[in-house]
Amino acid sequence: MSRLHVTTSVNGVAHEVLCDPGQTLLELLRDELGLIGTKEGCGTGDCGACTVTLDDRLVCSCLVLAPEAEGRRIGTIEGVAGPEGLHVVQRKFLELAALQCGVCTPGLIVAAKSLLERIPDPDESTIRYWLAGNLCRCTGYDKVVRAVQAAALEMNPSEDRVFCQASTRSQEPRQ
Amino acid sequence: MSAFEFAAPTRLGPALDLLSSCAESGRRTQILAGGTDVIVQMRTSDREPRLLLDVKRLPETRQLSIGSEDIFVGAAIPSAELNENPRLASLLPGLMESADLIGSTQIQGRASIGGNLCNASPAGDTIPALIANSAQCEIAGARGTRQVAAADFVVGVGKSCLKRDELLLGFRVKRPSKGFGDAYLRFIPRTEMDIAVAGVAVSMELDEAGVCRDSRIAIGAVAERCLLVRRAGERLIGTSVEDSDLGKAGAECSASARPISDKRGTAEYRRKIIAVLCRRAGRIAHGRALASLEGAEI
Repeated sequence: MSRLHVTTSVNGVAHEVLCDPGQTLLELLRDELGLIGTKEGCGTGDCGACTVTLDDRLVCSCLVLAPEAEGRRIGTIEGVAGPEGLHVVQRKFLELAALQCGVCTPGLIVAAKSLLERIPDPDESTIRYWLAGNLCRCTGYDKVVRAVQAAALEMNPSEDRVFCQASTRSQEPRQ
Repeated sequence: MSAFEFAAPTRLGPALDLLSSCAESGRRTQILAGGTDVIVQMRTSDREPRLLLDVKRLPETRQLSIGSEDIFVGAAIPSAELNENPRLASLLPGLMESADLIGSTQIQGRASIGGNLCNASPAGDTIPALIANSAQCEIAGARGTRQVAAADFVVGVGKSCLKRDELLLGFRVKRPSKGFGDAYLRFIPRTEMDIAVAGVAVSMELDEAGVCRDSRIAIGAVAERCLLVRRAGERLIGTSVEDSDLGKAGAECSASARPISDKRGTAEYRRKIIAVLCRRAGRIAHGRALASLEGAEI
């Protein structure tokens, strides 16, 4: 079976790679490009460990085929920290001990950063719904939520802080 | 994983040609939209070699238009994109909440309503909402396009009416007028990210006096496919949608359900809660219809 030539941008860097038609974006990142910060958990889109952005939208990279990345912009955990150091979300995860074994952490940080870019001051319920696709078996999530709240506060300081909720997510428990 | 081939045409003509030539030569194809079902199947239950035809680069499947008469939603638009559209959410709140119930943020970044329909699960959450809204599916094939009602699109567990050389472009619904409301409710044992044990979509239209002049009710996860329960909607027509009317509609849903017992619930339980869900979803749809009557033109 012929390999496919894929041109894609990962964290702002253009890459040309050959991939198998059935290979996933996760495999492309880890096995072809050596970007092993993105983790494989379940491989079926349930756990969120492989979370990346595809044209600035959160996706599970295990549920994207490598050839689908043609001409797209990919963002991974390796692109979160800037030249000046760690991103606020990363710093708050460290300061507030929002990780233990660390396998879910890259996915959680990519997802939390994306949340704060869309909703700068999310309330707790919005944070929990947004991150519901990132499973963590260590922390119990509480410290993760605190870290995201602390990052939001630092990124968007405000005296009379009104935490807002995402427009489409209901606050009522779902039936 | 090298048993697969991949193509992502950017124009409909070549996509249909590819489907036709594969159909003629007996080569297996599978349409790929968001991949949240297809890629899982590729890696677990169905590794058979096939051509994956990515339809996301076709302009037709990514088109969203809200016209004065009708609304067209491209089959491959990810639900996250649809849910961010405030006009769509105010026009078709029930359909949009059915899409918003499916999966995590990451899954919604890929999963589409068209994919949910084509996956043809008995428990697909958007399918009852499409049926209740009388959605017409636009299907393209070598011999032109055809329209199929959402209620007839799924023909069995995992089976749709699509022929091997056809693909779903999107669906069209009538633009709701004043006095319209719809709602979707499902039951799952947790609050998020699960598969429906039972689900009900209700749409209704009230006249100026608040009397229901049209209603359609569809049920999911209680039969081999989602069903339109025509008689349930008829129980509301001509009434002012009192609790007793919704109770009669719920009883029709129970009567039309033909559920199985599985790990999610027994047949008896499903038949019972489908009536409860119908009453509750009907109450929500009614509230929205009343608000629409009182509010400005949408």
